Amino acid sequence: MPYIPHTPEDVRAMLERIGAGAIDDLFDEIPPALRVDALPGVPDALGEMEVARLTAERAAADGNPLNFIGAGAYEHHIPAPVWALVTRGEIYSAYTPYQAEASQGTLQTMYEYQSMIAGLTAMDVSNASLYDGASALAEACLMAVRAHRRSKSARILMPTTVNPAWRQVTRVITHGQGLVIEELPYCTEEGRTIPEALARHAGSDVTALVIQQPNFFGQLEDVDALTRWARANGALVIAAVNPVALAVLQPPGAWGDGGADIACGDAQPFGVPLSSGGPYVGFMACRMEHVRQMPGRIAGRTVDAEGKRGFTLTLQAREQHIRRAKATSNICTNQGLLMSAATIYLALLGPAGLERVARACLARTRDLVDALGKLPGVRAAFEGPRFHEAVLTLDRPVAPVLEALAREGIVGGFDLSRDYPELGHALLACATETRTRADIETYARALGRELSRAAAA
Amino acid sequence: MRKPEPLIFELSRPGRGATAQYPAQEDAEVPAEFRRRQPPPLPEVSELQAVRHYTRLSQLNFGIDTHFYPLGSCTMKYNPRACNSLAMLPGFLGRHPLAPSATGQGVMACLFELQEMLKHVTGMAGVSLTPMAGAQGEFAGVAMIRAYHLARGDQARTEIIVPDAAHGTNPATATMCGMKVREIPTLPDGDVDLAALDAALSPSTAGIMLTNPSTLGVFERRIVEIARKVHAAGGLLYYDGANLNAILGKVRPGDMGFDVIHMNLHKTFSTPHGGGGPGSGAVGVGQRLLPYLPVPVVARDGERYRWLDERDRPDSIGRLSGFMGNTGVLLRAWVYMRILGAAGMRRVAEYSTLNANYLLARLAELGFTPAYPGRRASHEFIVTLKREARELGVTAMDFAKRLLDHGYHAPTTYFPLLVPECLLIEPTESETREELDGFAEALAAIRREAASDAAAVKSAPHTMPVRRLDDVRAARQLDVAWKPAAA
Repeated sequence: MPYIPHTPEDVRAMLERIGAGAIDDLFDEIPPALRVDALPGVPDALGEMEVARLTAERAAADGNPLNFIGAGAYEHHIPAPVWALVTRGEIYSAYTPYQAEASQGTLQTMYEYQSMIAGLTAMDVSNASLYDGASALAEACLMAVRAHRRSKSARILMPTTVNPAWRQVTRVITHGQGLVIEELPYCTEEGRTIPEALARHAGSDVTALVIQQPNFFGQLEDVDALTRWARANGALVIAAVNPVALAVLQPPGAWGDGGADIACGDAQPFGVPLSSGGPYVGFMACRMEHVRQMPGRIAGRTVDAEGKRGFTLTLQAREQHIRRAKATSNICTNQGLLMSAATIYLALLGPAGLERVARACLARTRDLVDALGKLPGVRAAFEGPRFHEAVLTLDRPVAPVLEALAREGIVGGFDLSRDYPELGHALLACATETRTRADIETYARALGRELSRAAAA
Repeated sequence: MRKPEPLIFELSRPGRGATAQYPAQEDAEVPAEFRRRQPPPLPEVSELQAVRHYTRLSQLNFGIDTHFYPLGSCTMKYNPRACNSLAMLPGFLGRHPLAPSATGQGVMACLFELQEMLKHVTGMAGVSLTPMAGAQGEFAGVAMIRAYHLARGDQARTEIIVPDAAHGTNPATATMCGMKVREIPTLPDGDVDLAALDAALSPSTAGIMLTNPSTLGVFERRIVEIARKVHAAGGLLYYDGANLNAILGKVRPGDMGFDVIHMNLHKTFSTPHGGGGPGSGAVGVGQRLLPYLPVPVVARDGERYRWLDERDRPDSIGRLSGFMGNTGVLLRAWVYMRILGAAGMRRVAEYSTLNANYLLARLAELGFTPAYPGRRASHEFIVTLKREARELGVTAMDFAKRLLDHGYHAPTTYFPLLVPECLLIEPTESETREELDGFAEALAAIRREAASDAAAVKSAPHTMPVRRLDDVRAARQLDVAWKPAAA
């Protein structure tokens, strides 16, 4: 019996102690008409060896293509210690630290993580994780509505340069509470939000302005001007940021005059594998004045009965298990394991290593744009500073080109034609420190071949 | 007792680093006006220092791999190592979520099979794997109920009925979805008060959220009648799958009359709890709610798998995550289910129920008070320490802390809220009889100790890395982030 230790003698003795004749008698409070005695459609058991073989075949079939997509999830080197440590049973198989005295490892890691996120974003406080970047942005919008007591409109200004999937998740999650998400246009020449787009909202009741830095196109927004506009118009600022970029970019806490109110994003780039979309790790930080509106777990430093330093879950009166219908969010289980991975990643990289990663991203993306931009029929859609992604336009539809590249083992980018039809045949491509110049040349050659082959045909 | 582990920041020295992890230095820069002026205050430590620090921190934790962890409602069973190593094969791990599905047929085959198996074990018509935790599954469920009523032009249905024993996530979810919460009481025998239900049902009823077996550790015996009443009133039934482990393969929520269910894959299907996640809250629905399932879901066209999105499912409530949910967690659940097979899943319910009823019988023999005497335990049960609190002056919290000294993680304490001084105990099927006996004897020993030396129990724990912590101070003198100046 996989993972069940009972011997026949155990079962006999246990039933006798219970006073039952058979295990089935223990289900005698379930109405008999409801009971099922088989599970058709569920396959029979396999041993670990058979499942391992089947799984290995499937994983191998998915191959190991050369990846040039970012679009919200980024390939980075994962130091070997990260997963060697977080798969230790004491981390992997523990749960939410409800018994603080038997969970100091998890709690201190949470405190260290919160400190690192607060430091990176230059905000006062961080929670101990949300699900992913998209849901973190949704929670940030809900939080802004609670935190901004003078604003009655629940209106959120959302630039269309914000990740389209994050925008959709935000609409889905905030819909029931009546938030109004108003989208802002962007400059199709520069690929960033134009401060003038905000002008028509001046003087009206705006709860918060969302600013993504770098934005979905990889371009750098004029965060100072946008933040100043929000301050001048009584709106809170929600920063959605790439955490690697924060090694070299102004952190949300330093934007404009006085900084953002809430910073959020996805800490997946910190030691969390791409893994077809998850599990990742949403982060959220804010100014101290908003901490009681923050969703999610928070670890705090305190002392024990002997005055010794220790850590415990704190401000729990915000949470669903205490406040129930009046909680800041319904979130309970979050992304603890990935929070630990991100903490260990940041401890290993430190400020110097993280800056090197960020600069390597800048350099490889510059190389990628240079190499692809030289091909006939390919050009960079936007000028201006960018981080580790760029929009490239082709002289023909993108999807068939990407399919052809995939057949050669190259995942060439994210097709933007559905989310941004106004950009024409556009794709979003990314290169981080994991791509070498040789990888980029391989991509450029394959794309060149494909474009010339298709042109000849 | 070991010396306390410093903060990683306290180990930091300027200029130190795990340099093997650094990429080569590049000269690329961002323009000056965007540039960060102060480097982020991250620690500077060697690779060995980091490895030793987080290894030592891990050793301060209890986990399933190290201790019996009978945390009620959390299903802390063995997390098979195979699930982790197979989900982390390179072909799965390195795959970008937006890579073409041609490069993801292997992972999508696993996800499709997982959807199918979950449909069959719950008796539902369709499953979406995207919710990233139980609470997000609840959100998806209530949002679907809302969408269903609105699509019928039934805009008055704005109330969700929740029993007082429910998890806090249930009412919190209803609020997040813009619903009003209507709480109904539970009878002394643990079943829902049907008279109160009748009184609560109205043309405003959108639905009811139930956990069955409930958080009281008993099966709701009149579930068919409840389903009939709620449906007759025009409402739908939501199944909180937190306790699915107790009935896996024995009775299916779809057959009980539920319209929508979330499953906590990190409970019933044994994916790791990770110190507080990641979870996975896959949702299943009956025919009525099928069009509203969150996207994406995996479909099979002949021999090929593809993602269905908003274009295929225009009535979907939409996306809940940036991509397709916690795929790595889903792979772990798939491995677990393939190793268990149909018979193994039924054994999960059988042996978890056997262990719970055995431990309940042992504790009752030892003189502890079951909260619902005369009822069968499901895979968990409640003991109330009301009498011990009154006669000996030691609370459920004191028992919980002293259990840590005996080498057992404490059960869930003070939940559900309606049972005073309660321990909610869930042993799971993967524990041996000896482990259960040891736990029962530890509880009895603590009670004996309380009678002779109550102070020793009230000041527990004595052998943990820290003594009892000052939660009030933690909240009043808030310190939630290390600051360079404060070091």
